[in-house]
Amino acid sequence: MGKHLVGNHIRRLRFNHNEMTQQQLADKAGVTRQTIVALEKGNYSPSLELAFRIAHAFDLPLEEVFFYEKDN
Amino acid sequence: MTYQEKKSIVSIVSAVIIFVSFSFWMYPQYPIGGMLEDQFLHFWGRFVLLLTLVSIIAHIIISIIFNIIFSVTTKEKQPSFEDELDKLIALKANRNSFFIFILGFLSSMTALVISQPLQVMFIILIISGFLADVTGSVTKFYHYRKGV
Repeated sequence: MGKHLVGNHIRRLRFNHNEMTQQQLADKAGVTRQTIVALEKGNYSPSLELAFRIAHAFDLPLEEVFFYEKDN
Repeated sequence: MTYQEKKSIVSIVSAVIIFVSFSFWMYPQYPIGGMLEDQFLHFWGRFVLLLTLVSIIAHIIISIIFNIIFSVTTKEKQPSFEDELDKLIALKANRNSFFIFILGFLSSMTALVISQPLQVMFIILIISGFLADVTGSVTKFYHYRKGV
C-alpha cells in the first residue's frame, strides 16, 4: 500500500479516555471496529466526515486527533 | 483476525468448494461425442443456470452457518451495517472482479474467432466467472488485511 499521509493519535486517546475499547469508539463514530483497527494501524485515511466524528467522540478538535505527515 | 477478514476467507473457500463439487457433479452428464449441437447448448445453459442457483443458495447457507459459529466462538456481535471502509473495499473488489470477468469474456470471444469448439467458449466463460468471484473475495481479504 502507498504511504498514508494522515496520521492519528487514536490509540493514545482511547487509553486516555478511560481505556475506551475499539468497539466503544466504533459505536460512537458510527463505524465498524474493523475501521478503527485499520485507522490505528495507519492502513486507512478516513474521510473528513469520519475524522470529525472521531474527534467529536473524544471531544477534541480535529487537529488534536489527526495530523498531516509531509511525504519526504 | 476480524469478522470481515474471516468472512472473506470463508467466501474464498466456499466459492472453490461449490464450483469444484458442482463441476464434478455435472461432469458425468456431459453429452457424449456425436450428439447434436442443441444438446451441448442445452447442457451448458443448464450448467450456468444451475451453478448460479446452487451458488446463491450455498453462499446464503454458508453465510448463516458462519455467522452462528462466529457469534458462538468469539462472543462478538457481527457488524450490522457497512461503513465507508467497507464500501470502499467493496468497490475495489468489484472493480477487480469485473476486470477478470471481462478478460475471460474477451478470451471466450477470441476462442470463437479462432474457430475453437463451442464448449471452449462456455468453459472459459464459466471459469472466468468463478475466478472473478474468487478475485473479489481475495481483494477484500487483501484490503482488510493491508489497508486501502
